[in-house]
Amino acid sequence: MKNLKFSILAAATILFAASCDKDDPIPVNEEEVITTVIVRLTTAAGTTVTLTSKDIDGDGPGMPVVTQTGTVQKGTNYLGTVSFLNEQKTPADDITAEVKAEGDEHQVFYMTASTLGTIAYDDLDTNGKPVGLKFKLTTAATANTTPQNLAVTLIHKPVKTAVGVVGGNIANAGGATDAEVTYRVVLAD
Amino acid sequence: MQQKLILVLMLFYGCFTYSQIQFSGQITGEKNIPLAGCDIHLGKNNFITDGTGNFSTNVSKPGKRKLFIAYLGYFPIDTTLVVIENMKMNFKMKLKVSDLSNIIINQKEIQDQTGRNSRKIKQVTIEKYGSQSLGDALKEVAGVSTLKAGHNVVKPIINGLHSSRIPIINNNVRLEDQQWGTEHAPNFDINSAATIEIIKGASGLQYSGDAIGGLVLINPVVVKKDTLFGKTIMALSTNGRGGVVSSSIHKGNEFGWRYNAQASAKYFGDREAGNYVLSNSGNREFNFSGDATYSFKKHDFTAFYSLYNANIGILQASHIGNVNDLYRSITNLVPSFIGDFTYEIQNPKQEVQHHLAKLNADFYLNEQSTLSFQYSYQNNKRLEFDIRRSDFKNVPALALTLQTNQVVVDFKKESIHWELKSGGAFSYQNNVANTDLTKVRPLIPTYDKIDFGLYSIFKYDFVSGWKGDAGVRYDYSNVQASKFYFKTRWIERGYDADFNQFVVQKFATQLLTKPQFTFHNLSASLGAEKAFENNWFINTNCNLTNRNPNPAEFFSDGLHHASGVIELGDLRLQKETAVKISAFAQKKWEKFSVGFNPFLHSIENFMFLKPVGFESTIRGAFPVWAYNQTNALLTGIDIQTDWNIHKNISHKLILGYVNGRNVTEKIALIDMPPLNFSNKIKFEKKEWAHFIFELKHDVVVRQTRFPNYNFTTNIIENNALILVAVDISTPPKGYQLLGFYAEVQPKIFRKTVTTIALMGQNLLNVAYRDYLNRQRFFADELGRNIQIQIKINY
Repeated sequence: MKNLKFSILAAATILFAASCDKDDPIPVNEEEVITTVIVRLTTAAGTTVTLTSKDIDGDGPGMPVVTQTGTVQKGTNYLGTVSFLNEQKTPADDITAEVKAEGDEHQVFYMTASTLGTIAYDDLDTNGKPVGLKFKLTTAATANTTPQNLAVTLIHKPVKTAVGVVGGNIANAGGATDAEVTYRVVLAD
Repeated sequence: MQQKLILVLMLFYGCFTYSQIQFSGQITGEKNIPLAGCDIHLGKNNFITDGTGNFSTNVSKPGKRKLFIAYLGYFPIDTTLVVIENMKMNFKMKLKVSDLSNIIINQKEIQDQTGRNSRKIKQVTIEKYGSQSLGDALKEVAGVSTLKAGHNVVKPIINGLHSSRIPIINNNVRLEDQQWGTEHAPNFDINSAATIEIIKGASGLQYSGDAIGGLVLINPVVVKKDTLFGKTIMALSTNGRGGVVSSSIHKGNEFGWRYNAQASAKYFGDREAGNYVLSNSGNREFNFSGDATYSFKKHDFTAFYSLYNANIGILQASHIGNVNDLYRSITNLVPSFIGDFTYEIQNPKQEVQHHLAKLNADFYLNEQSTLSFQYSYQNNKRLEFDIRRSDFKNVPALALTLQTNQVVVDFKKESIHWELKSGGAFSYQNNVANTDLTKVRPLIPTYDKIDFGLYSIFKYDFVSGWKGDAGVRYDYSNVQASKFYFKTRWIERGYDADFNQFVVQKFATQLLTKPQFTFHNLSASLGAEKAFENNWFINTNCNLTNRNPNPAEFFSDGLHHASGVIELGDLRLQKETAVKISAFAQKKWEKFSVGFNPFLHSIENFMFLKPVGFESTIRGAFPVWAYNQTNALLTGIDIQTDWNIHKNISHKLILGYVNGRNVTEKIALIDMPPLNFSNKIKFEKKEWAHFIFELKHDVVVRQTRFPNYNFTTNIIENNALILVAVDISTPPKGYQLLGFYAEVQPKIFRKTVTTIALMGQNLLNVAYRDYLNRQRFFADELGRNIQIQIKINY
């Protein structure tokens, strides 16, 4: 019986210990969530177009909201940059720096139809392979009032040695998608 | 039942000379308490013991006589005596605690097909699976398949059901180890089991009322004979280039101290499929279990502790970001990442620790009644590491600590024709999701759970030879969680209309809620069985069970990286109520026996994950799978045959078939095991140093009944967005595997038995995928494996 008493005592102690351990919980602000992807296109003359996709609830059911400032002109050379933000935090976290620091483990892929233009990488990681935070966009010679897709995908741990990956072909890249947005772009006259 | 028994004989020779010889004595039970009304047969003489366990009879002339003593609940004594002069003999009968002690002492395979709606896996079989897992070993039983998430996460499916529907009872304690998800394997080291029993009919009301799919009972070594022995098993495998060492020591005793201690270690690197390395599929384990018992005459005390400690690599190619990654993987048919072989385990990985400590006190009130108390404490720590960025590389994405305290009281009374078991259990469980560490919203929230249960089972042996049993159990359960919901999710699910009473605090984008649910459940079972004289054995069972939604089913809320889906629980879920009718019919001939186990299982409010739509996030599109309820009907049959073809050659067939229907929607149920059967032929020759050779052929047919949950998505191909169908539904092709097992016991050391075994799996190195492996979208199953195993018994 002594044993039983001990058991009950032990149980009670543990129950008590477990139930004492209660702080007021606070919501988790996920550190690595990307809520916002911003593409900035700048001409030599300094004209800037900004494409923004923002999904403030991360994996929640809210849809990403896409906005654009400025217009993309036909037959123009743009220098492009992309940045990734976590706007669930205030002030917002700039995840672009992390991606840059771990450039060999990340790659941004761009996809668009030739009716919008062609894209080439403009940066390299420590192994001499593209990261894609900087790129060049040469827009098509013909204006197009139908919006064209411009898809931007950030892949974590891509296989950069696989066929076509350094050229921007996502098909063999593997890895895991950290962000993927599609902008609808009209090519102005 | 000609059991070899351990009896203590005390001989006193009388010195009288009569024309008749007197044979007398006393019969006692284990605790030296006299057994009254005990049947004794001496030659043609039948008599019983009196109220004090004494007997006396006259034998007309000296000679050899057969002596048979029987008492319910005890091993019968069956021996031959030479009666020359008056003799007094006292017999002590051995309690039938379980068949376990026999197996341990004799290492003998016993036929354990009759007597229950359960199947037992013996230690000799368990030892073969020492390098694998519990789920793999259970496949030896007809009707059991496995649900896998890669090679290291394996859980049993019994007659089509798995996870929360199959409680695992380890040494009389229900394993509480975050078993809800398919990515969580039972936290248990197979090397510590002496026998494993599967109760298919959910008839284990003593343990739980929610074992809808059945129960797995794991029994440790119990030795009641005064002895000391141990064993060490070492195994090396080609696939994974690793091995296992397991060592145990057992000190048996009838009174006083007895103890067991066992430890094992596993170390494996990357496994290989037929054609490539499965990168990051290595695993490590270090496990320990030990117990000590002190037995008095009328009571005994036991303390038990076990530790399961595992580090499990998760196939790197199975970590995906969004549905496009999933589509590419399904279409490419090769893993997205194949590296060189390495022992290193990187993220994603799981680190799991499970502690179980318990204290038992058993009181033998009299020869018929026992009262036992058990207190158990379990601590399960689960860390899951994902592929994360920068500062979070070595920070787990999920950190759960699940603690369970349980007190169980069981009472058992046996009489000649009946047995009554009754008892109760109280448990308190607390789960903490450590988000301060992970900085990720957890899939399973922090919660507290209180359970209380009462049961009673009555068994009766009718004069006609039928044995009946009936049981009833009541369970109370209360769960309260503390969980954050995104406001958007709360509204999208419609919870704002129904569950606003759960909201305790509002933050900018999230709500703190404390959902609380209470359940009252009544479960029951009814069974009958009879062994007929024409060697038919019939067992029928009918069970009513209830299962409450588990925390994953209630509260899941977020992205699942292993499957690339958003999984949503549902606060509106109702408990599952199941009725299972099953039968077991076995006919034995001299050299052949066949057993059929048909079943009909109707489950109301069957909970399952169902795709319900799409959600766009910044990571891209994700299919949304939500827990849904339907009425399900499972029908099927398990068949087993045993054939002694020749004195050295035997054959065994096991077959499992189940047909699962979603009755409400009139479609097939997802994740039902396809028809499978396995043929094993065994050659055995004792004279050749106990030589055994087995050849095994497994066939898994393609599952043709499956619901179509395919969906379409836009993916980027040749620099253009195109609409593609993502085929997540079509089961892979059927497959056949060949394996062998060979064993000899060479006489190396005089005092020890050494067993050397060589075994092989997937001998033809077949590249195949299995419908019930979550990683079938990413990689093939294991290729060929050859294993050598040395076992030393001392």
